[in-house]
Amino acid sequence: MIEARHLTKTFKDKKRGVIKAVDDVTFTCRPGQIYGLLGANGAGKTTALRMLATLLQPTSGSASVAGFDVVTAAEKVRANVGFLAASTALYGRLTAREMIAYFGQLNGLPLPEIATRTQRLADELVMHEFLDRRCDKFSTGMKQKTSIARTLIHDPAVMIFDEPTLGLDVMTARAIVRFVRECRNQDKTVIYSTHVMAEVEKLCDVIGIIHDGRLVAEGTLVELQTRFGEKDMEEIFVKAVGGEAAIADAVTKL
Amino acid sequence: MNWFFIRTIYLKELKDSLRDRRTLISMVVVPTLLMPILMLGFVTVFSTVIKKAQDEATSMVIVGGTDSPGVVAAIKAEKKFKIIEPITDFKKMIMEKRIRLAVEIPAGFEAALKTGEPKTVTFYHYEGEMKSGMGVSEVDRFFRSLRDKTVEIRLTDRGLSADLIKPFQIKRQNVAPPEKVDGNKFGGFVPYLIIILCFTGAMYPAIDLTAGEKERGTMETLLCSPVNRVNIVIGKLLMVLTASISTIMLSLGSMSVSLITGGAMLAGATNGLIPQIDPAGIAGVFAMIAPIALFFAALLLTISLAAKSHKEAQSYISPLLVMVFMPAVIGTLPGVELTMKTAFIPILNVCLACKEMLSGVWHWNYIALIFVSTGLYAAIAVALCVKMFNRESVMFRA
Repeated sequence: MIEARHLTKTFKDKKRGVIKAVDDVTFTCRPGQIYGLLGANGAGKTTALRMLATLLQPTSGSASVAGFDVVTAAEKVRANVGFLAASTALYGRLTAREMIAYFGQLNGLPLPEIATRTQRLADELVMHEFLDRRCDKFSTGMKQKTSIARTLIHDPAVMIFDEPTLGLDVMTARAIVRFVRECRNQDKTVIYSTHVMAEVEKLCDVIGIIHDGRLVAEGTLVELQTRFGEKDMEEIFVKAVGGEAAIADAVTKL
Repeated sequence: MNWFFIRTIYLKELKDSLRDRRTLISMVVVPTLLMPILMLGFVTVFSTVIKKAQDEATSMVIVGGTDSPGVVAAIKAEKKFKIIEPITDFKKMIMEKRIRLAVEIPAGFEAALKTGEPKTVTFYHYEGEMKSGMGVSEVDRFFRSLRDKTVEIRLTDRGLSADLIKPFQIKRQNVAPPEKVDGNKFGGFVPYLIIILCFTGAMYPAIDLTAGEKERGTMETLLCSPVNRVNIVIGKLLMVLTASISTIMLSLGSMSVSLITGGAMLAGATNGLIPQIDPAGIAGVFAMIAPIALFFAALLLTISLAAKSHKEAQSYISPLLVMVFMPAVIGTLPGVELTMKTAFIPILNVCLACKEMLSGVWHWNYIALIFVSTGLYAAIAVALCVKMFNRESVMFRA
């Protein structure tokens, strides 16, 4: 379970002054549910997810993940979260097996259990071919599969995916999407950030549209279609953020 | 602190570093192969040049001396001198390095030797030029010998003993054992070398484990783990320390081998050129180096952590290298002693204490003061590093 209450994050920038990257965001994501966080680049998705993963501390507001507060019980939160982002890379000089085992150990798992889980994850993600090869020689797809295995080695109750299909080919992206669904089937709490509308439509049970740091709309796909009178997710998104002019304005702020 | 996590992080960093070609080059190849090759190469070239210059006859011009044929003939008879006829101004010839020096024999010099009238022989040379300096020494030795013989003749002519001008002999007798002698000779250089190696050995891994990880995107991955940041810092710190100490050990080991083999080769000595240093002094140096190695490792990690990339970290660390280099150099200078003032100057104090220990002098009060103060600096640097690791503005700098 993820609960964000009035989550706000400000940064100080020498040129632009105080920037509100996340502004009063409140949402709940339940086990067995995929919460899609949809927003353009720079909308505040990554900052919001980093706060949930305890990498950043909220300026104000609060959040709890798997029943633990992100500020007061950060280590317990991280022990229950699998965080996968474009910015979470692999150690190039380690093999996929070593990489997975390292994070298993950092999560306090005993070595026999790590070996068993690695085997299972390699089966599920079809990784055996490259499991003992160094990560710096991997294709983007292999890297992403290894990253997923790394996030799942300790079997976390909460999965946070930050644009996991970014830069992937169609087949690998489909495999990732399938895997995210599998997480939901395993009753995990999943939060999935993206700016790909089609993924949101296919995957997410609840969609939160984030723009300029604020959560401007939230609901199931049907609820959003009804509210904005549009069938297409892209049209819903444009209406939710205040039209194309608002998107253009946000882009110029980056 | 959780030692299981510290050990896990340390072993991973060690494995990662040993697979990194650049770390291996800076940690193993440079100290074990490149340094001795450079050192031996330098010694070989230098000794060859010196030997060649020594074997070569001293080319010189004799100015005057037409009325002193005996002296001129004696100079010409010396195999080490090669008399050149001046084709142009002799000073110009010296400047152009066509001759090493010119000797001006004053008018009536030979006659004056008999009459006892004082005369001055002038050597014209090129100050600072090695061959000219060597030539001056040779010619100076010739004229001093001539002067001694002249004095001896004069005394004999007067029926006096030559011992009249040497009423007693002076003899020097060393009482210090060889290890103390070498300790004094190399006491300044050894700690300087160790401190520089300690710092340079830690530099690359410190950058790679912090700014390098941020640049490659693995730092965020690591921070996602439930491990407390203190454990991450200690694990990384131990790896940087390992690299630093390995560099020192490998460098000193390979240098010793080079000095033994190279020394035997060049000097023909059976034990080579390796200095005999008191083992207790060496042990003392390593004990003093331990807190400074920790201080360097923590300081380098902290500074590198502030950078976003390898390149940026290098630009931060380069000025620091000068700040480490300077006190270490000052410590090698003769006359710079361990006092209450110098005992508080970081790096310099360690250099001076090591210098004293290697020469067999153990100022326990200063040693304790320096050890504790350096340990304190190291503890502050480690605390600062942990603080930096917890600062999101540092870890996630845009």
